[in-house]
Amino acid sequence: MSKPVIATASLAGCFGCHMSILDIDERILQLVELVEFNKSPIDDIKTFTKPVDIGLIEGGCCNSENVENLRSFRANCKILISVGECAIMGGLPAMRNGIPIRECLEEAYFHTPTIDPADPRIMPHDEELPVILDRVYPNHEIVPVDYYLPGCPPSADLIWKALVALLEGKPLDLSYGLIKFD
Amino acid sequence: MSNIIKITIDGRECTARPGQTVLEAAAANGIYIPSLCRFEGLKPAGSCRVCTVRVGGRYQASCTFPVSEGMAVESAVPDLEDMRKAIVEMLFVEGNHMCPTCEKSGNCELQALAYRFRMLVPRFPYLFPKKAVEPAGSKLLMEQNRCIKCLRCATGIRTKDNKKVFGPLHRSVEKKLFVDPALASALPERWARKAMDRCPVGCILRKEVGFAVPVGRRKYDKAPIGSDIEKPRS
Repeated sequence: MSKPVIATASLAGCFGCHMSILDIDERILQLVELVEFNKSPIDDIKTFTKPVDIGLIEGGCCNSENVENLRSFRANCKILISVGECAIMGGLPAMRNGIPIRECLEEAYFHTPTIDPADPRIMPHDEELPVILDRVYPNHEIVPVDYYLPGCPPSADLIWKALVALLEGKPLDLSYGLIKFD
Repeated sequence: MSNIIKITIDGRECTARPGQTVLEAAAANGIYIPSLCRFEGLKPAGSCRVCTVRVGGRYQASCTFPVSEGMAVESAVPDLEDMRKAIVEMLFVEGNHMCPTCEKSGNCELQALAYRFRMLVPRFPYLFPKKAVEPAGSKLLMEQNRCIKCLRCATGIRTKDNKKVFGPLHRSVEKKLFVDPALASALPERWARKAMDRCPVGCILRKEVGFAVPVGRRKYDKAPIGSDIEKPRS
């Protein structure tokens, strides 16, 4: 029997959740035995090359590229998991929700203290760049999501236990302390 | 008249004193009924409904509902537990609860209830309301993104001459807690800390003291909220 396939992505996140995946320490050797990785920053595979069983998504959607990426994960993964606060509720990037997008961009590109007033004012708007969304969206507001692992980041133990539970087809034992929002 | 009232909570026989609320009687018998807006020593507002129980088929806030002889209370039953979880989820989506950035994280009662109820994601859509951080005089800050309108501050924080420092403004979704910055500045240090500690979430903050307790040693890091009250069924 072929191994279950895992793919991962970081959308509007900080890669902290990916760091937490790596934080399973020596269990990573077991993980390599148990599963095969497909599209993921961990192995640097850029496109899906086969159907995936479990997709782990870090970060929410703040721009058009995130949305495209998330939709492609939904299309290619049997099970999709939102990993971490940003994926679940937008997280720190969502602190801009409620502030008009023009105000955000002007603050970042015109008014921030590191801008030299003598420089020309340039707001990036190249068509190569992803379009920034009106606000940051939790992933389950864009595509259906199957499971949620909260935390900033979720602990390595939670990620490990969730993966093992899925692979073994057993319910996840959520003992106290595994769920943290910080 | 007897001074002992007999009631049952989820079939467990309990004794209570006249004048006690269901929640108080439960706690005295080692049964935790989750609550949020209630604060020991303050007159309960009954505003959050997290402590809702069922008595004679009717839903009652156990923090305000008095015990009476022979009363049969339902509390830890699946539908009530799910309703409590739904209320907590609603509070999460109605504000902007960015736990990773919050000074109160780990000591927050709203978060602690979500942990206890194993909330993974709210069932309701996030509203991302536009709220502000408001100055509250020289000692305090009001982080309106986190306020859950429990009214503990309005009830429990007063100046030496008994003036209210906090009070509710407007109604329904417009409702917010207003602070008088001059009165808040005049609060002695002990009371400024009290204002922060009584706030169940990270809305009222004493300036310059955040993040003092390291992760792992905060109130709800190891044991769930209510575990100090709960006694196992004998």
